[in-house]
Amino acid sequence: MNRQRPGPPEPVASSPAARAEFGRRLARRNRQESRFRLAGLCAVLAGLAFLAFFFLTLIGNAYTAFAQTHILLDVELSAAAIDPEGTRNRQTLGRADYQGLIRNALRQQFPAVTRRGDLRQLFALVSPGAGFDLRKQVLANPGLIGQKQRFWLAADDDVDMLIKGHMNRSAPESQRRINDRQLAWIEQLEAAGRIERQFNHRFFISGDSRDPEMSGIRSAVAGSFYMLLVTLALSFPLGVATAIYLEEFAPKNRWTDLVEVNINNLAAVPSIVFGLLGLALFINLFGLPRSVPLVGGLVLTLMTLPVVIIAARAALTSVPPSIREAALGVGASKMQAIFHHVMPLALPGMLTGTIIGMARALGESAPLLMIGMVAFIVDVPESPLDPSAALPVQIYLWADSPERAFVERTSAAILVLLAFLLVMNAGAILLRKRYEKHG
Amino acid sequence: MAILSAWALALAATLTLLLMPAAQAQATRDYISIVGSSTVYPFSTVAAERFGRGTDFPTPKIESTGSGGGLKLFCSGVGIQHPDITNSSRRIKQSEIDSCAKNGVNGIVEVKIGYDGIVLANAKGAHRYQLTRQQVFLALARDIPDSDGAGLIPNPHKTWSDIAPNLPAIPIEVLGPPPTSGTRDAFVELVMDAGCQSFPLIENLAGNARDAACYTLREDGAFIEAGENDNLIVQKLEANPTALGIFGYSFLDQNQDKVQGSPIDGIEPNFDSIADGSYPVSRPLFSYVKSMHMDEIPGMAEFLAELTSEAAWGDFGYLSDRGLIPLPESERQAVLSAIKERAHVNLAP
Repeated sequence: MNRQRPGPPEPVASSPAARAEFGRRLARRNRQESRFRLAGLCAVLAGLAFLAFFFLTLIGNAYTAFAQTHILLDVELSAAAIDPEGTRNRQTLGRADYQGLIRNALRQQFPAVTRRGDLRQLFALVSPGAGFDLRKQVLANPGLIGQKQRFWLAADDDVDMLIKGHMNRSAPESQRRINDRQLAWIEQLEAAGRIERQFNHRFFISGDSRDPEMSGIRSAVAGSFYMLLVTLALSFPLGVATAIYLEEFAPKNRWTDLVEVNINNLAAVPSIVFGLLGLALFINLFGLPRSVPLVGGLVLTLMTLPVVIIAARAALTSVPPSIREAALGVGASKMQAIFHHVMPLALPGMLTGTIIGMARALGESAPLLMIGMVAFIVDVPESPLDPSAALPVQIYLWADSPERAFVERTSAAILVLLAFLLVMNAGAILLRKRYEKHG
Repeated sequence: MAILSAWALALAATLTLLLMPAAQAQATRDYISIVGSSTVYPFSTVAAERFGRGTDFPTPKIESTGSGGGLKLFCSGVGIQHPDITNSSRRIKQSEIDSCAKNGVNGIVEVKIGYDGIVLANAKGAHRYQLTRQQVFLALARDIPDSDGAGLIPNPHKTWSDIAPNLPAIPIEVLGPPPTSGTRDAFVELVMDAGCQSFPLIENLAGNARDAACYTLREDGAFIEAGENDNLIVQKLEANPTALGIFGYSFLDQNQDKVQGSPIDGIEPNFDSIADGSYPVSRPLFSYVKSMHMDEIPGMAEFLAELTSEAAWGDFGYLSDRGLIPLPESERQAVLSAIKERAHVNLAP
């Protein structure tokens, strides 16, 4: 674009006064234009500033969640405690008191601590879930029994917060959740190199937990995955079939107009309304269980369908009529013309609309509230009929938890959700680019 | 055509998906379904997680629906599509027992799991309020008795010092939960109602007028409904040190470095004062169990045993680590025997 517009053709009989007047007007119009451009630029910059602020605070809160404080302990996996009869029976191994073994290791680390109350505070340094981790390792490798092994065990969330600097060490004792004695032990462990921040793989491979250091997003991600699967399997074929019928076959009359108005209207209905509909229809009427991804997917289908239909119709309209006419002209049936010639051209546009609808469905939590998916789910769902939560719901639940360590995890879960949305939307853009090239 | 066959596949998959549950819904449910109060949720979930990890049963599913919403779902019927247990931060009402009975839910076992304190707190480092329940009533009620005790007037107090000279000249600003919250119900009942009782004028009003006078909070901006999220209230208090917030004790416990609890009637809100009952604003928390499901859903008895084990609700149990105030030993024994006998809840005594 040229900054200066080409002026009108040179006036034929121009007096100097007329020429000066023309110059003034041109300058004024150019000024107006540059002011408008500046205003537009400011609007974009303001938007970018908000986005940058959002991302910076989010990442600033979230990055610590990807590391987790671990404590190195020498755990005596005594055969007497784990497998007294020496049978290596998995059930016997599973029942052993692994947290007790960790407690013994802590006692050996700090032999001077003997009073019951002090011991309780000492044991609180290690996560109450660490025993389950140890159990898993022993079950996977029973050869460890009878040996003394070094294990990096997850620290309690309060210790984690202290190490990450979310708790002020120099504050008076009454104002922190780690007391002076515990602080001294932690400093001893640090001096011995027995405290380390390690990559927090649990965040990605475990389900929800009430111990922040043991919690993860896997069950929520699996729930969201099954829900989107159901939504995609239903809304894409239904939406595309509706669009093709309305666009290519349906007569244009009052009834189809009414249907069209209603579809456009439904696309703007608040999502909670679909949740209420889902509760009444799928759970109360059809008797499907609460809190399962199948029902969540059905509700999200209702919500996504109008978006898919509108996008698919737009994609069909944008295919040049000459292609249809050429196909019909060489003797193709209407259905052949549509499926062999129009659809391949319209498909990228339809897919784009579907992906954007899916992305919206992924970020939705309000309708899930009504159908019982705002729930505490530890076990990772294995089918669309197992109870499960969803990623946005997990964020909501963590944001509502009293433990401080959930603050960073909430932000981290938001980042993961945003990453998924980014990938989906980028996919939609890529498809559109391809479409534009071929179209 | 590739697209067509892909569609056929998708449709077939969808139909299978749709038909499968219709058959399964009639079958069994192998996990426990729990609904109810968001105040009890943090405690109930910890017990459920321990139960899921320590046994071969699946981890129970716990929805946070609020006390009233939970009881409504709980009372909607008997059968696997209805929840087995509901948590409540207040006692069940007779009307709820009746509506349960109407839907065939007859045996309800009451499990009192412990106490929770409600605290008034503000940011650490700011002025520490020392309040009485009467002063809180005078600060937050919509209508209060006028100075000569002749009638009710709209609450004129702008600053705390308007109420009592020893309070600071700071504008009254209190953040609290909305009416749908069990915490709000309990606050109104334990603080506002008690503050009310010190005024004979209000006490002499007829039932409904008295309740309206006692239970209605100001709507002129001095009391701010800050939503169900207690974490959000804590964050807002940090940003606004002169404001007070109303929330559950477990949030004070977890945020001791950020907020300070105000003594009420001279008693500090802490573990000991709530446990021995001297702190005036505390309430019992309950789980209600459908006894008709005890033999139908696997693991019900074992889950209750976990919830009521010494390691969980005992004086040094993991629930007390989360801020639940344990019941005295005698009450624990009574609850245990009620579970054993599946004694039905009885509001009469």
